[in-house]
Amino acid sequence: MTYLTLSITLIFVVIPLVLSKTLRLGLEKDTIVATVRSIIQLLAVGFILKFVFDSDSLIYIFLMVTLMIIVATHNAKRKGASIKGITWKVGLTLVLIEVLTQSILLGFQITPPTAQYIISISGMVIGNSMVLAILFLNRFTSEIEAHQEQTELVLSLGGTPKQAIHSQLIKSIKASMIPTIESQKTVGLVQLPGMMSGQIIAGADPIQAVQFQLLIMFLLLTTAAVTSTMLGFLSYPTLFNNRMQLLKNR
Amino acid sequence: MNTKYKPAIHFNDVTYTINDNVILKRITGSFPEGKITTLVGPSGAGKTTLLKLCNHLISAGSGEIYIKDKAIEQYEPVELRKLVGMALQSAPMVEGTVFENLSLPLSLQGEKLDPKEAEELLEDVGLGKEYLHRSSTDLSGGQRQKVSIARTLVNRPKVLLLDEITSSLDFASLHEIEELISKINQKYGTTIIWITHNLKQALLIGNYTWVMMDGEVIETGESSLLESPVNEKVRRFVKGEAE
Ligand SMILES: Nc1ncnc2c1ncn2[C@@H]1O[C@H](COP(=O)(O)OP(=O)(O)OP(=O)(O)O)[C@@H](O)[C@H]1O
Ligand SMILES: [Mg+2]
Repeated sequence: MTYLTLSITLIFVVIPLVLSKTLRLGLEKDTIVATVRSIIQLLAVGFILKFVFDSDSLIYIFLMVTLMIIVATHNAKRKGASIKGITWKVGLTLVLIEVLTQSILLGFQITPPTAQYIISISGMVIGNSMVLAILFLNRFTSEIEAHQEQTELVLSLGGTPKQAIHSQLIKSIKASMIPTIESQKTVGLVQLPGMMSGQIIAGADPIQAVQFQLLIMFLLLTTAAVTSTMLGFLSYPTLFNNRMQLLKNR
Repeated sequence: MNTKYKPAIHFNDVTYTINDNVILKRITGSFPEGKITTLVGPSGAGKTTLLKLCNHLISAGSGEIYIKDKAIEQYEPVELRKLVGMALQSAPMVEGTVFENLSLPLSLQGEKLDPKEAEELLEDVGLGKEYLHRSSTDLSGGQRQKVSIARTLVNRPKVLLLDEITSSLDFASLHEIEELISKINQKYGTTIIWITHNLKQALLIGNYTWVMMDGEVIETGESSLLESPVNEKVRRFVKGEAE
């Protein structure tokens, strides 16, 4: 694609603008901001990626991945603002997920140790882990609110904090994993995953693209399970004090 | 008061605050061992808060609480809560059957409740054994209260904290529960602290009574104090409740 053809695709931005104007949806400004931001952000990332891929230096790969983790942590932590130390807990979870997945991928030589592979896969893993963290924290904080009485009941009968929070914790872990599992059940039937489509359009062999997509999907299953579980077990202790009391003003 | 009796629980100048709101103000007093003390007072007086302090679900901001002559902080939380059992005001249930709820105190310790014993417990609180395998979500408010009482009894606590356990019960059931608690008190010498809005009940079942208002204990003494209160505030409260 040339920059000329890319500019012609702006027609796809003009259509919603016209609709917004005539129907008075009031979305013109947002649409323009979104368009400008996506152009700038993606082009910047494109140039950075080109630079990093060309240099193929470990330092730059490391910096890219670190940046991704920092941004993702910052995004996810807001959902768990009521949990003490949530920033380092989310950060640690993301680091662990990244280390775990890359060690398996590189260790078994599933993917080559090049910037292309490491950065693209890290992006998908960290991005998904961030979404999972947000889903989990959302659910967990509302479960805690809704079932405060049950938590107090278990404590009052001589249960430990872990026993008192167990069912809320398990429910939240499960609930946050369901979208990942469900979307994999219908994959390919309704829509082709974005990454696979991209590869096919770029001229890759469909079977190759499918194999790669499968790898990513399995990877994301691990990401989902490990993110929620780890974040859950890191967060619940801060809801209690050492006298086994549920803290009210967290 | 109560100099004749050993205190099971003693409060010494206890204050409890949440976010700068004083909920309990300088509470001092004892709950005599082996006796039934009823706790009355208007909504929001701090009755539930006082019981939660005794079960160590919350800690006092200042002052000391002694359980059988030992400061409450010196107990292992789990040991304390088995010793000082509490039936919560809202009678919350965990998901699952009535049997699972009754088993909870034991299953938390990795032990099992004998189904025979569960049936007897249900019978004690006036529920047939057919309820054993009902889901706890299908119970009425009064039935939940009954299960909640039975569940609190499973640990055989030496001190029993009861928070409005008969508020949703019909007259016959209420009577049955009063008799059960009296029996436990007499048979095992269990110390009972019983919050109730029912002043007749407070008078009838209690040996002693505390009257609370706005976070303070405004009167303590033998439960007969409710019959002809000397304290002006208590008199107005009793009169208001009678209307
Ligand atoms: N977690 C909390 N946060 C803020 N305020 C609280 C909290 N728990 C209790 N309070 C306040 O403390 C006061 C005493 O509450 P408590 O539940 O002890 O009253 P009570 O005497 O048991 O009332 P009732 O008869 O209605 O059950 C109330 O004003 C209540 O609003
Ligand atoms: Mg109360």
